[in-house]
Amino acid sequence: MIDTTAAPSTTPVAPVKRRIPAWANGILWTLASIVLLTVTADLTGLANITATATIQAGLQLAVPLLLAGLGGLWAERAGVVNIGLEGMMILGTWGSAWAGYQWGPWAAVAGGIVFGALGGLLHAVATVTFGVNHIVSGVAINLLGAGVAKYLSTLLFTSVSHNPRQSPKVPGFDTYSAQPLADWLGDLEKQQRYVVSDIAGILHGLLSGVSPLTMITILLVPVSYLLLWRTRFGLRLRSCGENPVAAESLGVNVYRQKYLAVIVSGGFAGLGGAALVLAPGQNGYLENQTNGRGYIGLAAMIFGNWRPGGLLGGAALFGYADGLQTLTDGKTVLGLFYGVALLIWVIALVQLIRRKWIVGLIAVLAGGALYLLYLSIDSLPSELTTYLPHIVTIVVLAMSAQRLRMPAADGLIYRRGQGS
Amino acid sequence: MRSLRGKLLPPVVAIVFSALLCSVALIISGSNPAKALAVMVVQVGRDTTLVDIVNSASVYYLVGIAVAIGFKMNLFNIGVEGQYRIGAALAAIVGGQLNMPPVIGQIVIILTAMVGGAAYAALPAILKVTRGVSEVITTIMLNAIAGGIIALLIKQGAFGVLNNNNISTKPIPSSNWIPGISFGSAGTVFGLVLLAILVGVGYWVLLNRTRFGFELQASGESPTAATAGGVDAKRMIVIAMLVSGAIAGLTALPEVLGRDHAYTLISPQGYGFTGIAVALLGRNNPGGIAFGALLWAFLDQSAVSLDVIQVPREIVTIMQGAIVLSVVVSYEVIRRLELAAEQRRVGLQLAAATTGSAS
Amino acid sequence: MTTATDLGNPAVVLTGITKRFPGVVANDDIRLTVRAGEVHALCGENGAGKSTLMKILYGMQQPDEGTIEVDGAEVRFRTPADAIKAGIGMVHQHFMLADNLTVQENVVLGAEALHGIGGRARARIQELAGQTGLRVDPGVLVEQLGVADRQRVEILKVLYRGARIIILDEPTAVLVPQEVDELFDTLRGMREQGFTFLFISHKLDEVRAIADSITVIRRGTTVGTVDPTSVTTRQLAEMMVGSELPSPETRESTVTDRAVLTVAGLHLSDDTGRAVLDEIDLAVHAGEIVGIAGVEGNGQTELVEAIMGIRKADGGSVLLVGADDAIVDLTKLSTLHRREAGIGYIPEDRHRHGLLLTQSLWFNRILGFQTRKPVVNGRWLDVEGARKDTRRIVEQFDVRTPGIEVPAAALSGGNQQKLIVGRELSGDPVLVIASHPTRGVDVGAQALIWEQIKQARAAGLAVLLVSADLDELIGLSDTIKVMLRGRLVADADPATVTPEELGSAMTGASTGGEEEA
Repeated sequence: MIDTTAAPSTTPVAPVKRRIPAWANGILWTLASIVLLTVTADLTGLANITATATIQAGLQLAVPLLLAGLGGLWAERAGVVNIGLEGMMILGTWGSAWAGYQWGPWAAVAGGIVFGALGGLLHAVATVTFGVNHIVSGVAINLLGAGVAKYLSTLLFTSVSHNPRQSPKVPGFDTYSAQPLADWLGDLEKQQRYVVSDIAGILHGLLSGVSPLTMITILLVPVSYLLLWRTRFGLRLRSCGENPVAAESLGVNVYRQKYLAVIVSGGFAGLGGAALVLAPGQNGYLENQTNGRGYIGLAAMIFGNWRPGGLLGGAALFGYADGLQTLTDGKTVLGLFYGVALLIWVIALVQLIRRKWIVGLIAVLAGGALYLLYLSIDSLPSELTTYLPHIVTIVVLAMSAQRLRMPAADGLIYRRGQGS
Repeated sequence: MRSLRGKLLPPVVAIVFSALLCSVALIISGSNPAKALAVMVVQVGRDTTLVDIVNSASVYYLVGIAVAIGFKMNLFNIGVEGQYRIGAALAAIVGGQLNMPPVIGQIVIILTAMVGGAAYAALPAILKVTRGVSEVITTIMLNAIAGGIIALLIKQGAFGVLNNNNISTKPIPSSNWIPGISFGSAGTVFGLVLLAILVGVGYWVLLNRTRFGFELQASGESPTAATAGGVDAKRMIVIAMLVSGAIAGLTALPEVLGRDHAYTLISPQGYGFTGIAVALLGRNNPGGIAFGALLWAFLDQSAVSLDVIQVPREIVTIMQGAIVLSVVVSYEVIRRLELAAEQRRVGLQLAAATTGSAS
Repeated sequence: MTTATDLGNPAVVLTGITKRFPGVVANDDIRLTVRAGEVHALCGENGAGKSTLMKILYGMQQPDEGTIEVDGAEVRFRTPADAIKAGIGMVHQHFMLADNLTVQENVVLGAEALHGIGGRARARIQELAGQTGLRVDPGVLVEQLGVADRQRVEILKVLYRGARIIILDEPTAVLVPQEVDELFDTLRGMREQGFTFLFISHKLDEVRAIADSITVIRRGTTVGTVDPTSVTTRQLAEMMVGSELPSPETRESTVTDRAVLTVAGLHLSDDTGRAVLDEIDLAVHAGEIVGIAGVEGNGQTELVEAIMGIRKADGGSVLLVGADDAIVDLTKLSTLHRREAGIGYIPEDRHRHGLLLTQSLWFNRILGFQTRKPVVNGRWLDVEGARKDTRRIVEQFDVRTPGIEVPAAALSGGNQQKLIVGRELSGDPVLVIASHPTRGVDVGAQALIWEQIKQARAAGLAVLLVSADLDELIGLSDTIKVMLRGRLVADADPATVTPEELGSAMTGASTGGEEEA
């Protein structure tokens, strides 16, 4: 009655891969970046690549991106896509300037957080309670945030600053340096010694003239990790981003978790706004000052594969690129291409050793193309260097979108009782 | 959204809610909302305001339709902003550089704008279908990059000329302008308002009466069902993005061909986001988008007259933002209520017809 | 039919449970007594009201009438948390697990207050696993687990919360027989330790193998409780469906020797390069129904989608002989062209693949036919034609609806399915591919769909039928092929084969051919 016609094939067992722990990975990447920058600076003769000023500017510019990215991380780990970070950041800049010019820098920090969190609350009401599409709500909040900030600025700043688009001066934080190490590194950098001076420049940039807000921000990365991955609260929050139906069936109040996550997310974005207001040389609210940084922060988070460590890397990369292009010229930025070409060739070598011929070959060619570009033009047009982070984002997404892993229920609308 | 009530109620609720919100904001800041409202209404009859509203609305309508085409199939083409700017800049460059005979010149300029917009939409479309990259992020990035590309294109030495302390493209010769329709002292309506109307009608026909429109809506509603029904999802994504980009390219043309005759570094920006708002307000429906565009233009114009009575004009921006957010919320709530009501109604009708046999 | 056990005291007593939904009475005066330390099976057809009843017992829904007693005390559950407190746990049919979290995280989620989320929780999970034999590594991500392991995680979740009464909703639906045996061993062991199980199933043989008592419900109400040792499967089946067992059996053979569909050497690999379809050869003749049997996940979905062109096969050919006897090579064609060549497609998941839920019925009629009359005219839609033809389907296929303008989502599952079957049989197809055509529909719709398929077959249609319902397969098919791990491993003659034989062929138990690979 049953005639066997063919034998079933057997399934091969996937080999178990050993993984490097995340912290070691982070240290490796940091070291690799320092080496790459140093080598590039020396081989191209462009000392600015590792100059203290460049690194400091990069760190400065990375802070708001990092905060926006952390905001994105919190919201998206709970399953809410937050494209409204930009609007929340704008609200944060206004709130921060308003509180800051009256009561000082710490008030500016608090004001930024509160206003950003209000924006987050609005996003939560729309997406969680009313089930509005997350992108739509985010776009609306960006429009609204810009409008509210403009209105309030006209209303409350004009009489003091005599300019509806600008706040009165907000006192900034004092900055700190790790003395005497910083001075020693500074001296070392000035000696222009091969390799040593470059490394000293990078470290000097990271260890001197740091504001408390920068330190807090960097600290917030491990804090976010511990909260989200090592506590009961974080487990519940992440479960809402992975499978809210399951979470609810286990008694997790999904709406509450999402509300909290999105409000915290807004608070981070607002703090990012405060970081802009308090940045040296800025010291106040200025219309359009965020200039799309909320979006770049979101891109940094995606770049970091929805993980705090990766997001730190993304923000550092974008901040550095921004710092380099603000302080230097198209020629120095072009020098980076040389560095990237080197990096790609190293990756190619690794792939070839692993016998991944096709990937390796493509990497060799891509590195070659970049190198040729570096050789064939003198300087990048200044009009385009401003948009380096944007271009990098697109290139990175195009290359690695399939390897990125966002929370399984990210962006999906969840209704209470959906599982029953 | 089947019933008329379901279509009309949400925008009305949203407008009333936003007006109340703004009234509260005005009262707190010491202004009189009733007076502000009166000024907003009265201004429509004054000078060229009505014509200005229609002119702005034609621009908003075009960009709203561009956004709506994407939305109809759940594509978030946030990139209309960049696409329309690239389209307009290229069109102005072509119009200024080539000395073309009348009629042909206008046609070439319009086509250039469409091709430019579509080309700039092509990259996110290709990345989405080949690499699975979300169009939201790529189009946001491309919006920013568009500024750089335009700056590069119209700098002096490329296609830019210095004109009253402002860098712009070479002016388009008057033989290639599109004349307006004059209403004497009430102003001149852009000739391309007719193009906007044409695009609206075309959009309705495309959506409701053609196979392409069916496939577009099916893909938007359920990509999986559309695929099983033989709709090529990837092809639809690419086509929808390109069409959306092409329409977006038209956006600034009423201004470029009817008023400015050039594209400058300070030409208006931000229409793309207006388009998103207008499309949401009009629920991607050609009639609704027309209403949304007119409302938006009306609010924009009110800003000027509010200044006169010392009400900060930015209150209009708040009102616009509040309208968008509350309209999407109320559409969502009413959609849900209506579907539940429909299911109940069907259930009851069947229960009455066949007691016990159906489960 | 009386209660036939004298085990322990009643652990759960449901009295007069009634639950109404708009237009439907899901539960009507249900009575059920489950004794402590027994495996109590709840049997009933799809749509009989089993799931609603269990959701009520688990606090996910509230009854309109009736009382629930647990361990002798009347209780009222507002949320699942209340039920958990009372010692009731539920293992859902569709697993409620987050793939990207570890086993431990999934287990402790929501119950972190018990033992934290760290080492103590891990120790407790391992202790429970040791006690019950539900062994899983707490540290691995759930996405790396197979179906049986996932089910173990689900049961662990429930135990971790201290449940003594465990509801298992169709636990065997996704398991292969060996896994079912393992599960039953575990359940028996746990029963010895005093756990009580409520076992929901419509697989009667399994129910008889494991249950201490069986309660049957039909159309929302209890028919009776019986002792599994004193009834036959046939008697149980009759209790479930009422007096007349609907029979899917086809009478005389209408098979011709005209091969309509010829699949040769079809091959498909997944992302990791593993073959999910391997050397598939298959022919379906005019007037023939070829049934594909197999445990879910053995390539049936992929086979159907490869024939439809939804997935691109990476080897082999698919040929179709059209109505005019012309041979069409489908191998390189798109889904749309395959449909135009004369294939109708009833997908396995009607919500995801069959319908546009918020659109009207006539709009749904166009889907898949957007290039063919009478619903379109060239590049233009023929709205009137679509409406007219939808009315025809509604009438001919007895789609219960107040009109053709209502959204598809407003119809019941059975009526949605009738609409799909009606649509796919439109336009004179030469081949229909039917995936689980009667899954989750009511008995009336099932009978109608079977009848329509039989009529079409008699008129010369070729049908490829994929189903998990072995009775449906045996009853309808002219030939049955068994699919296992991406291959067609055996043929069976539906006239002589029994479900048991098919079952063992589906799991590779009877082929003895594994060594050859």
